[in-house]
Order: sequence, then structure tokens, then C-alpha cells
Amino acid sequence: MRSRTVQGTVAIAATASLALAACGGAGGPQSSGSSKLTDDKVVIGLLNDQSGVYKDLSGPNSAVAIQMAIDDYKAKYGDKAVAKDIEIVQADHQNKADIANSKAQEMYDRQKADVILDVPNSAAALAVATQAKNKKKLYINIGAGTTALTGASCNKYTFHWAYNTGVLARGTAGAITKAGGTRWNIVYPDYAFGQDMNKSFTKEVTAAGGTVGQSIASPFPSDNFATFITKAGEGNPKVIGSMHAGGDLINFVKQFNQSPLKGKVTLAVGLMFITDIHSLGVDQFAGTQFTDPWYWNFDAQNKAWADRFKAKTNTRPSFAHAANYSAALNYLEAVQAAGTDNADAVAAQLEGKKINDVFLRNGEVRKADHAVIHDVYLAKVKSKAPEDWDYEDIVKTIPAAEAYGAPNPACSMG
Amino acid sequence: MSEFIQYTLQGLAAGGFYALSALGLAVIFGVLGVVNFSHGACYMLGAVISAVLLGELHVGFWVALVVVPILMFAFGVLMERLLVRWLLALDPLYNFLLTFGLTLVLVEAVKQRYGVSGLPYEVPAGLGGQVTVGSVNLSTYAIFACLFSVVVCVAVGLLLTKTRIGMIVRASTEAPERTRALGINVGRWVTPVFGFGIALAGLAGVLAAPTRAITAEMGSNFIIILFAVVVIGGLGSILGAVVAGFLVGLVEAYGIAYAPTYAQIVIFVLMALVVLVRPSGLFGREEVA
Repeated sequence: MRSRTVQGTVAIAATASLALAACGGAGGPQSSGSSKLTDDKVVIGLLNDQSGVYKDLSGPNSAVAIQMAIDDYKAKYGDKAVAKDIEIVQADHQNKADIANSKAQEMYDRQKADVILDVPNSAAALAVATQAKNKKKLYINIGAGTTALTGASCNKYTFHWAYNTGVLARGTAGAITKAGGTRWNIVYPDYAFGQDMNKSFTKEVTAAGGTVGQSIASPFPSDNFATFITKAGEGNPKVIGSMHAGGDLINFVKQFNQSPLKGKVTLAVGLMFITDIHSLGVDQFAGTQFTDPWYWNFDAQNKAWADRFKAKTNTRPSFAHAANYSAALNYLEAVQAAGTDNADAVAAQLEGKKINDVFLRNGEVRKADHAVIHDVYLAKVKSKAPEDWDYEDIVKTIPAAEAYGAPNPACSMG
Repeated sequence: MSEFIQYTLQGLAAGGFYALSALGLAVIFGVLGVVNFSHGACYMLGAVISAVLLGELHVGFWVALVVVPILMFAFGVLMERLLVRWLLALDPLYNFLLTFGLTLVLVEAVKQRYGVSGLPYEVPAGLGGQVTVGSVNLSTYAIFACLFSVVVCVAVGLLLTKTRIGMIVRASTEAPERTRALGINVGRWVTPVFGFGIALAGLAGVLAAPTRAITAEMGSNFIIILFAVVVIGGLGSILGAVVAGFLVGLVEAYGIAYAPTYAQIVIFVLMALVVLVRPSGLFGREEVA
């Protein structure tokens, strides 16, 4: 259904751009004419998980958010807009790196995408970064957490807009430790993601003056966490950190809630999204602390945008939806400023730009590693939800510099 | 020492649940000779149906404990009538493959309908909290689930060994020709036994709902542990499934306590050792091996 709509849009856009190109000559010289654009239009590619575990977090609703950005851009510049024809193409990478790789190629080569957005899942995200580098086309990642995008795998055409695992660790581990939660025990799933999370959390807890008594590896996947939780409660910790994701996280939290540690020990979660809370209900997660890159009900500005989003989708936006909006809008602003959709020119406009918008507060597109740094938030799950999706109390705003730290020395733009 | 007792109790609590979950697998294999790979998917269906009953119809845990097994019984009857029955005469591998395929269909169907993020479920009223004795404590729900499981296992064991129905069922499978000669319609008993096994899987799913993640994939990992349980206990042996369920629960708890990384591996090491020493499992009949 959706792909058909997209096809229809492509057809209409193609016809319209032909007509525009034909009229272009008669329209008189104009500095912002469509001739400065490759293929006379700007194509934004949305490549994400449209059927699996991250569908609710980002998925098809991110196309709605990007369309909102396009509408806002057109409304702002009207006739002066450099990009008059803007088109969205989207594809499902099914969380597989090989599919992401071939879809990205298809988007850049055949669908003439000028920029690819989103791409959750770290392996898929890194595959697309390589494509962007080879094709010299822009890529703004939102959904993936890996620090390699702004580290060893960074490149001139890749930007990382919303968060990374280092931010989650600095946010959650740093803030809770400084607030008095100094003695930690960590349980992590025994595979690459869990081991990384364990390392970065341990590092941040120690840096903030705390200690990690035990780091316990659990087999992945696992159903029965009762004994893991008992073990994690030994040594009288103030905080138990769960580095699990998905089904393992839900198992862990449910069984933690049935243990005597509930209410006595702070439960900190490494990676959690508002969609996890929505699917399990607030009472299961009540009191859990985690780092959120953005929350829709944080202030009036966010709320107003969330209301617009709800009018179109009948649901509240996740941070990924807001970040897709912000990335698309700032990309179009950069095209406007550059007067062209040439990737090098647009990247030059973005680099070093300081941004305050609905998603980015005290934001800056850091030139050194293309991390888009901004304030993030330590959130605590409410015990009662006043309305659907109103699940978080923001405990603390973590300033951009503190959340992101120094640029990764492993990154060389070359 | 109190820690050791704590781990032991947690192992026993998990073991009771494993025993019930593996019971249906043992019953179906013991009576029909079918290795039902879809047992994990049926366990998942039990949990998903409970969550849907609660979320959409506000039907609580206690009702689900009765309604879900009945629904799953009907599902099992359909499965046997429409699919499994036609392959019974062939090599057991055919039904193994059939039920494996069915697992994939069921898991994908649930993903399509209910997504991948998991469904919410609450601990039933009165079963929240913990029971604490000295420095040892267990969650009330875990104790309930374990005791309930043991009661069901004993009841099923008695049903099959001490009642007339159980006698007919056993005779129908062990000596079908002779049983037929005595005027008993053997074919009539196969379908309800299969349905009964599936109902037990659904019942385990209901018990799992308050304490585990309810997702389409929840049975995919679990079925592997259940196979370890029935192989250790002896395929088809009900007593074996119960004893092995507790054994696996204990081994897992000690594994987590003293060598967390190897917690699941130790279960399969135990399985390998048992198969090496007694190929038919602890309580298996020789011909099963």
C-alpha cells in the first residue's frame, strides 16, 4: 500500500519535474533555480526496520516525520526554496546488514537518493556508512547506537544525529553514580553488544567515583533470570544495571519486580526505548532510570510538535521520529544555504553548525567526528501514566559536552 | 550456606515449571511416538492468548488457567486431525519436520498480528511479593507456579497409570492390534491424547505469562531446554520428565550461581552424560532408544 503511494509520488514528481524543467527557461534567471540540483529534485531515502523489532521505534512513521520537515521547509521558503521537488523513498532493511547494503546502493544509484536517513541496527548502519563513503553521498544515521560511526568507521559523508552507546553509558551510569548510587552490580548478555555495554558502563561508573562489584554474563537469549538477580543482589549494591535488550530485558525486569530487591535497589537499564515501556506497561518499569535522547512531553515546544505528529499518526513520537524530522529539516536548510544538493557542499554547510530545534538543544554538528552532539536526558519511568505514552519523568538534563565527551580519536575523516 | 539454600530453592522452583512444560512433550511422544517440535510454539500461543484475553477482553489469570488449555486442546485436535494423523504411519522424522514448519508459521503469524515488542501481563492479585524465611526468600508467584506444576504432573501421572482411560490409552499405543481385538476403537484415542499434550503446553504458557516476556519468539529458546529435559528423563516417560525437570532446574541454578557464563551449557553437558551412560534416559524404556 505504502510502496504504491511512493510509486505514485515518484510518478507525479517525475512528471512535475519534467514540467518544471520545461518551464525553467521561460521563468527567467533565478539563482535558486532547480538546475543546481542533481536530477532537478532532492530525494531523501529512509532506510529502516519496517517489520521487525524497531518498527515501532522508528519504522514507517519516520516517513511521516520527514514529510513534516519537507512541509515546514516549503512553508518557510516558499518560492525562494532551492529544493522545490522533494521526494521520499523508503525501504525495509529487516535488520540485516546485507539487505541494508544492497538497499543503500539501490537508493543512491537507481533511486537517486541525495541522503539516506535513520538505519537502526549497528551492523546495518556501518554497512551503509561504507556505501556513503564510496558513493560520496550523504548519510545521516539516527537509529543505531554504535560509536564506530563517529569512530573508526567515520567518514566525510556520514553524520550521527541522535545518540550512541557511549552517551547512554555516560548518561545513565554517570548520573546515577553521582546521585549517590555508587555501588553497582551489572548483568549483561554474553555477546558483542552486551560486552561493549558492560565495558562502557563499568568505565563510566568508575569515572564518576563509583565501583562495580560484579559483572555477571548471562547466556543469550535467557528466560530464567531469578538466580542471576539473586546473585546480582549479593554484596549489597545500591544499583543493579541490566544491559539486556528486547525479550531478555522484559524477562529480567519482570523477574526483578518479583524479587525482594524491588524497591530496595535502583534498577538501571542500559538500552531502553519508550516503545519498550509502551509494550509492557508503566507498572513493570516504574522507577527504572535510563538515558533518553529526547522525550515528547519534556516541554511545550516538544509537546506542540508531538501534537502535530499525533494528528497524522494517532500515536506519540519516539526520539527517533523527532530526530528524523530534525535531520531532514537541517539537511534541507543546508541545501538551501549551499544552493545545491551536491554532497560536499551540503556537508560543508552542516559541519560545525550550531542548532537549536525541536530535537536538538544546544546542538552542534561536531566537525571533528560528525557526531551531532546535544543535551540528552536522564529519565525515570512514572508509576502511573496520565495518558497513553506519557511514561517518563525527566530527572536531569545532561549537557551536550558531558553526554558526548571528547571526539573519538579513532576517527580520521581522511 | 544460606546462599546455597537460596539457589537450591530457586532451582527447584524453576524445575517444577520445566517439568510441567516438558510433560506434554513426553505424553505426546509416549503415546503417539511423535516428536512435537511445535511444543514451544504452543507454549507461546498459551501465553499470547492469556495476554490477549487480559488486554482485550479483561479476562484475568485464573480464568485463563482454565480457558486457555481448553482452547489449546481444540487447537491440538485440529492439528492432529488435519496434519499429524496423515504422517503417523511414516518415519517419525516426517512429523518432526511438519511440526517444525508449523512452528515457523505460528511464530510469524503472531509477529504479524501482535508485533515483536512483547505483550504486557501482570502478576495476578495475591501472588505478588515474596515469601521470606530467615535470609532465604522466593517470589510468591514462583512458589505457586512450582506447586501448581507438580500437582498437574502428579494428576496426569495418576490419570495414565491408575485409571481405566489411562489403561486404554497405554494399551492402544503399546499393542494396538490386540487392543483392537478386545473391541476398543484405538484411533478414537489418538486425537484426544494429542490435544491433551498441546493443552499442557498452553497451560505452561499461561503460567509463564506473569513472569516471562510474552513475545512470538518466547518458545524458540525454551523448546531446546525442554528437549534436554525429556531426553534426560527418557523420551515418553512422565516420571522421567518430572525428575529431569527438577534436575535441570537445579543444575541451571547452580550453574548461574557458580559459573554464570556456562549456565546453559551445563544443562547440555548433563544431557550428554546421561545419554552416554543410559542412552534411553534416566527413566526411558529400552525400546525408545
